[in-house]
Amino acid sequence: MKFDAQDTRLALDALTVGYGGVPLISDIALSLRAGEIVTLIGPNGAGKSTILKSITRHLAALAGTVYLDGEDMRLLGGREIAQKMAAVFTDSIRPEMTTCFEFVAAGRYPYTGSFGALTPEDKKIVGAALDKVRASELAAREISSISDGQRQRILLARALCQTPRVIVLDEPTSFLDVRHKIELLEILSDMAKKDGIAVLMSLHEIDLAARISDRIVCVRGGEITAVGSPDQIFTDEMIRDLYGIERGSFGALLGNIELPAPCGAPRCFVVGGGGYGIPFYRALQKRGVPFAAGILLWGDVDLVVAKPLSQEVVCTPPFQAARAQDTAKAKALIDAASLVLNCGAPVGEYNRCNAELLQYAAGAGKTVVTDLDGLDAAIAREGTV
Amino acid sequence: MQKIFSVLFYGDTSDPAAYNILWKIRLPRIALAALLGGALSLSGFLIQTFFRNPIAGPFVLGISSGAKLFLTVAAVFLYGAAGSLPPLFTVLVSLIGALLSILLVLGIGVRVKNMSALLVIGIMVSYICSALTDILIQFANDADIASLTHWSHGSFSAATFADVRFSAFIIFPALILTFLFSKPMGAYLYGEGYAHSLGVNVRAFRVLLVLLTGVLSSVVVAFAGPISFVGVAVPHISRRLLKTQKPIWMIPATFLCGALFCVLCDLFARTLFAPTELSISTVTSVLGAPIVIRLMALGRRKNEI
Repeated sequence: MKFDAQDTRLALDALTVGYGGVPLISDIALSLRAGEIVTLIGPNGAGKSTILKSITRHLAALAGTVYLDGEDMRLLGGREIAQKMAAVFTDSIRPEMTTCFEFVAAGRYPYTGSFGALTPEDKKIVGAALDKVRASELAAREISSISDGQRQRILLARALCQTPRVIVLDEPTSFLDVRHKIELLEILSDMAKKDGIAVLMSLHEIDLAARISDRIVCVRGGEITAVGSPDQIFTDEMIRDLYGIERGSFGALLGNIELPAPCGAPRCFVVGGGGYGIPFYRALQKRGVPFAAGILLWGDVDLVVAKPLSQEVVCTPPFQAARAQDTAKAKALIDAASLVLNCGAPVGEYNRCNAELLQYAAGAGKTVVTDLDGLDAAIAREGTV
Repeated sequence: MQKIFSVLFYGDTSDPAAYNILWKIRLPRIALAALLGGALSLSGFLIQTFFRNPIAGPFVLGISSGAKLFLTVAAVFLYGAAGSLPPLFTVLVSLIGALLSILLVLGIGVRVKNMSALLVIGIMVSYICSALTDILIQFANDADIASLTHWSHGSFSAATFADVRFSAFIIFPALILTFLFSKPMGAYLYGEGYAHSLGVNVRAFRVLLVLLTGVLSSVVVAFAGPISFVGVAVPHISRRLLKTQKPIWMIPATFLCGALFCVLCDLFARTLFAPTELSISTVTSVLGAPIVIRLMALGRRKNEI
């Protein structure tokens, strides 16, 4: 199927949405081109669903205009709208004695005659939609007997049967396990790229939102706080602000969630690097032991976890011998700590400093442990840690 | 048997007693049972569609009892006997009663948003209406008590061809109208929000469903009194037989099944302990209530209710 990527499929102009006449979010402006995936993110209750429902006309918009394929939606009839826009809202309705095929075929509603009889052409489209979501083998199954992951794909197939220009989805990946989340998003992204369907959705999983979206819209506390590409939006601070994260952290780069760091002066110094330290940082966090870490080269994957969990991390520019001031700083931290954890990261030309630190620790009479058992034993022995 | 045939098909009037029994008593009764049974089952199917719940029904939700209460009021205060009111008037009065009790159940139901609570409310409304009806009957004239009591338990025994003609005049247009709306009904079964996104005018459609349910069930109450459990049991049986939910099949099937079901139940009511006649509700309850219990049990298991 060919489509013009410059085509504007959906445009919101000064849209004001809310419940019961009370505006929640005002003056929303947004437009989606063919094949574009735009995702709304933001905390629960921020108004993501309200925006989506106002676009699909489940809620009356309080002001402003929604243009569907260039036409003011208020001037379109229900049938015309249904031929151009499909909505996927997860609900719990599981009709009995209905096969998946029948369920999906309901999506042909805006095209069938007054008694809803399916033509061979309709049946072909239903079959193709099932194919596209990789659910052909479910066609004859009862809709009430399939899993949540399968059901979500069936809902998507039903939307595809409307051969829409725009699909609106409200948290399509909620309640799905990781495998089904990935599958569903892959199908969505396929659909957008190959058929040029514009996709507007809300997602809870910001890590997934970052991967699939062309553009991200941040919704918080009744306003749209930012719109931009995932690269622009997904910085640690932006996410922290958007969701009001005060304890713990969300790493925008890799999407890792960390619990709050243990408080207090560092009692343990971790010598890691190259990913070797990650399980140890998390183990120390779980045991409530405040720690410092080093010496890590800038860009080391260890930093992604060490930064949010430790009290202090000693870093040095990569691919060269550590700067003298960094080595000195690390030694000072070892002096203050009672325990040194050697994570077993290989030592080579660029991080000779770490071998030096371990030697220094042994020389200073610090307990040096190399695994979690040793760590637990040392903690028990000291009792005070 | 031969006699029946000759009276039926050749208009044999040689035995006036047989002719009268067949043409004035038995046939109108069978025809009325079939018509009203179909109408009642269809109204059950509609209200189940409305609530998307297989246990809903005009009797269970208090719709029939509301109609019954209003009719009794009209009968006691205006004429003195249920049978002597003009049919259009009785239908209108029972329609008002039916719609008011639906609105009452809906009005409370909106607040609870819970299917089993809604059913309990419906059953309570039904009890209240029945109690009020009983009080009214207590104070009615002695002569009317027999007919009112008889009617308030449901019976096809007073059927005449005039009743059949009149009820057909209402039921068949309602049936056709229902059938014409089978497409949006199918979409509605998949959820209100979804039906809306397909371009169905959900609000108007819900009003239509309630009106059709009210009309169909109030005709039944006006002519035969409240008949229990048919509205729940027959759509369920039809669904089992057809193995589908699609309204386009379910509407005619439910109507036919209901007609057959009520004719059979009436036959049992008339013959089981002849010459004593049972009320039709006695028979339909015995046959229908176990089906409702079964549905409840199934629903519990699936956490749908």
